[in-house]
Amino acid sequence: MNARREFTAQRFDYASFFFTGLTGGATFLILAILAIILGNILHNGWGAVSWRFITSGTQQDMFDVNKAGVLPMVFGTAARVILMTIFVVPIGVITAIYLTEYARHNSLSTRFTRGAVNNLAGVPSIVFGLFGLGFFIHFVGQNLDHFLRPTNAEPIWGKPAIIWASLTLAVMTLPVVIVTTEEALRAIPQGLREASLALGATKLQTIWRIVLPQALPGILTGGILSVSRAAGEVAPILMTGAAYYMASLPTSLADQFMDLGYHIFILSTQSPNIEQTRPILYGTVIVLLLLTFALNFVAILVRSRIRKQRRMLS
Amino acid sequence: MTESIVRKIPVASEVSERISPTVGTVLPIISTQDLSLYYGATQALKKIAFQINERVVTAFIGPSGCGKSTLLRCFNRMNDLIDNVRIEGVVEIAGQDINGKQVDVIELRKRVGMVFQRSNPFPKSIHENIAYALRLHGLTNKDALSEAVEKSLRQAALWDEVKDRLHASALGLSGGQQQRLCIARAIAIQPDIILMDEPASALDPLATSRIEELILDLKREFTIVIVTHNMQQAARVSDFTAFFYLGELIEYDSTRKIFTNPANRQTEDYVTGRFG
Amino acid sequence: MAARQAKRRCLAALIGQHDFNHLMQHTAPGENRTAGWMGIRRGHRARPLEWLVEKFIFLVSLSAILMIFLIFVFVGREALPIVFGRMNSSLVRKVIPPENLDQLTPRELRDYLELTEAQLGAMDRDTRKLLMELKVETAKDIPKDKDAAINTTSWRYLVFPYQWSDYERPVSIWQPISQIPKYNIAPLIIGSIKTTIIALLFSVPMAIGAAIFVSQLAPARVKEIVKPSVELLAGIPSVVLGFFALIVMASFLQSVGGYESRLNSFVAGIALGLAIIPVVFSIAEDALTSVPRSYTQAALALGSSRWQAAWHIVLPAALPGIFAAIVLGFGRAIGETMIVLMASGNASIVSWNGFDSTRTITATIAAEVMEAVVGGPHYRMLFMIGSLLFLVTFVSNLFGELFIHRLKSRLEGKAG
Repeated sequence: MNARREFTAQRFDYASFFFTGLTGGATFLILAILAIILGNILHNGWGAVSWRFITSGTQQDMFDVNKAGVLPMVFGTAARVILMTIFVVPIGVITAIYLTEYARHNSLSTRFTRGAVNNLAGVPSIVFGLFGLGFFIHFVGQNLDHFLRPTNAEPIWGKPAIIWASLTLAVMTLPVVIVTTEEALRAIPQGLREASLALGATKLQTIWRIVLPQALPGILTGGILSVSRAAGEVAPILMTGAAYYMASLPTSLADQFMDLGYHIFILSTQSPNIEQTRPILYGTVIVLLLLTFALNFVAILVRSRIRKQRRMLS
Repeated sequence: MTESIVRKIPVASEVSERISPTVGTVLPIISTQDLSLYYGATQALKKIAFQINERVVTAFIGPSGCGKSTLLRCFNRMNDLIDNVRIEGVVEIAGQDINGKQVDVIELRKRVGMVFQRSNPFPKSIHENIAYALRLHGLTNKDALSEAVEKSLRQAALWDEVKDRLHASALGLSGGQQQRLCIARAIAIQPDIILMDEPASALDPLATSRIEELILDLKREFTIVIVTHNMQQAARVSDFTAFFYLGELIEYDSTRKIFTNPANRQTEDYVTGRFG
Repeated sequence: MAARQAKRRCLAALIGQHDFNHLMQHTAPGENRTAGWMGIRRGHRARPLEWLVEKFIFLVSLSAILMIFLIFVFVGREALPIVFGRMNSSLVRKVIPPENLDQLTPRELRDYLELTEAQLGAMDRDTRKLLMELKVETAKDIPKDKDAAINTTSWRYLVFPYQWSDYERPVSIWQPISQIPKYNIAPLIIGSIKTTIIALLFSVPMAIGAAIFVSQLAPARVKEIVKPSVELLAGIPSVVLGFFALIVMASFLQSVGGYESRLNSFVAGIALGLAIIPVVFSIAEDALTSVPRSYTQAALALGSSRWQAAWHIVLPAALPGIFAAIVLGFGRAIGETMIVLMASGNASIVSWNGFDSTRTITATIAAEVMEAVVGGPHYRMLFMIGSLLFLVTFVSNLFGELFIHRLKSRLEGKAG
């Protein structure tokens, strides 16, 4: 019953030590795994990446270490990602604008739509691949063929093609783009909209000159991140357009294409001699990682740069 | 009870006739008849009928939730932005029913400016904040823009404080300066009426008194309607005062009369601080 | 009343004559403001361009939303014949003699020859007849087996084990490319669930532990390292994780564990776990940081240690968010394709042993859909399991959303 107490630690707090150690250990483990994966890939693959590796490969043997290159895959991946972006970004942003700025917020249809969009953002990519196959190739494509050249049996549009792969990816990323854009738009204070409207601006002027410039960093970051996710996606293009091998680069929207991710899959599962082709495999992995990380890096850069600009203004 | 309230609501003709001698030639610019407003099923305004005179300051007072801000937002149809709002009755500005089918709400808002409770400058430079408003109305010439920006900043008594940093962000200004910038922005497009929704409620006493001086200054050119919680403020700046309670207009008269000799018991209780 | 109206009209006239122009220096010459200043034109007549743009916005979003609903339609449409038992994969069919060609309606003919309308339309009468003769020929080659008469796409054979003629006991087997295609989905469902559970067991404790550490216990500098690193992990495409599991991890884990088959659901589950760590971590971390700091501060002020505050105060408050993280991680794991396609071994065996080679729903679709005949039983079966997957992930997302919603309302309710 001593009334005086010392403010020094009386005993070692084992529970605290244990708990902090456990959670900190989990954190460390995640970092370690990431380091091991990236380290292994860099260690084994860096030697394989050369200027020749990146700029050749159209006509050579794809399993020959000295001749194989990734140019057709880089081209195919870049082309499908760019096509997808052209489709998805304007449509996604416009839809998000409609949902946040025009649609009645609490009406049943808006809530239903928003729920469906939110939910689709988490649906597996393979399901979108099935959709692309069933809708774009066997419905749109075949009907297009039937309509354009009813007598010819050889399908042009009714088969896997880069356009269908891009559209499938666009449909897959559409919910993500809508959701991130909506979030960015909703983060703009209502007071700014009211201020603009009270000055006699029309709704469109308010959106164009006040809301969109403010929401731009959020929209861009969300957009670039979903593009980078789509760049590494293989499952949906497996059935809508990627080719095992092509002698030349695709020249039309109805051509198939070679793809970095799909090529990694082929090299790891169907190589005639896995030990011999290992350098090509690791090299391709590095190129794909560089591409997706570069996109992620750009997204982070855009975000921080616009934030900094804003801080300078204020 | 209800009857006595109804009796005390000044009929349009009464007000204009009664008030005319005291403030010189005044013209009613806003008038309402049987104005009721519903948010879904709840009625926020109950048959408001009165009129507001030109180039005077009219203050709306009353406890929170009495509908004074809602009424203010009826005058430039900002209530359109809220879902499930239904308006009955007539609001006329300069003799024109503003809820009428032929009225362009954009044109209306150009003529009826608004200053909000929380200052809301755009996250742009000070110059751009005002230029934005001017550009909306077709002014694009650079020199003319700078001139107009300076003019409205001077009018809002902000010029001397910001003339050296016109291109710095408006968000770097103090709260009082931001609010005066919002006023400058509102008057830049030369509206006829300025609606102020508790413009000084978030400001310190010094900034508040500067806003009040500004209001007194501006009333030479504009009709000002101000919603306030601060009775002293209403007494200091306004020529007429309307007291609202639970969506009803209880009393409307010259400010001096409301604060010295109110006709209604509820008004008296409120202005003397016995409730509210 | 009439007097009052007259008075109003008089007032309006007065204001109309009143000169507003002195207020408006920027008014273009000739643009006089009158009593009608609020415009007699509105909507599309006042601002036709804006009206057009707004209509365009509406149309674009309407079509985007329609597109989204089309997904439900087109994935489900292909699967419907199986779901309702309208498909028949039985090899023994009624053979129609070719002479009867003219007695058949086009629809009957189409069904009989298993053609699409377009294909049939492109054929002349002789081709049709030839096809019918071919049917008769093939009918002769059908094995005189009792299995050949079975419609293997009916629900009984999809779900329950069955003793096929060469087998000693009833089995559940997925074997779509064989003389008698067998479509039992049990091995695929077990494979998917088994692999997903391993992935969750591996990743959830780690991700949530890290989320607690980063959001509650760690200094700010650790946070600045961990969060971008997890973003980096999220940025690794799943095909790269699959490659890593197949080329590097599989041999390593086998040498450590000493189990028989190199590729199995354990390897796939670990790799899958790596893919969902970022998902679980970021949702859990969000939930934990959304608990107001005042809770922690109150607990600390009462003399509890940081971990006590985290364990007794923050974690219970954020619990719905943690559940959401797990549920959404589950949805992500069960739908992941490339990792399991590359690392699980792809043998459709009914086994709950984690070290057996296994095959999941997603890997089956990815591996087989390009080989399946469009519109045939195999093709429709793949769409059927695809719809099943769609349904499962959709429901799990729904629950995830529900948990997040509950977290929000709980925190708002408590704070307000």
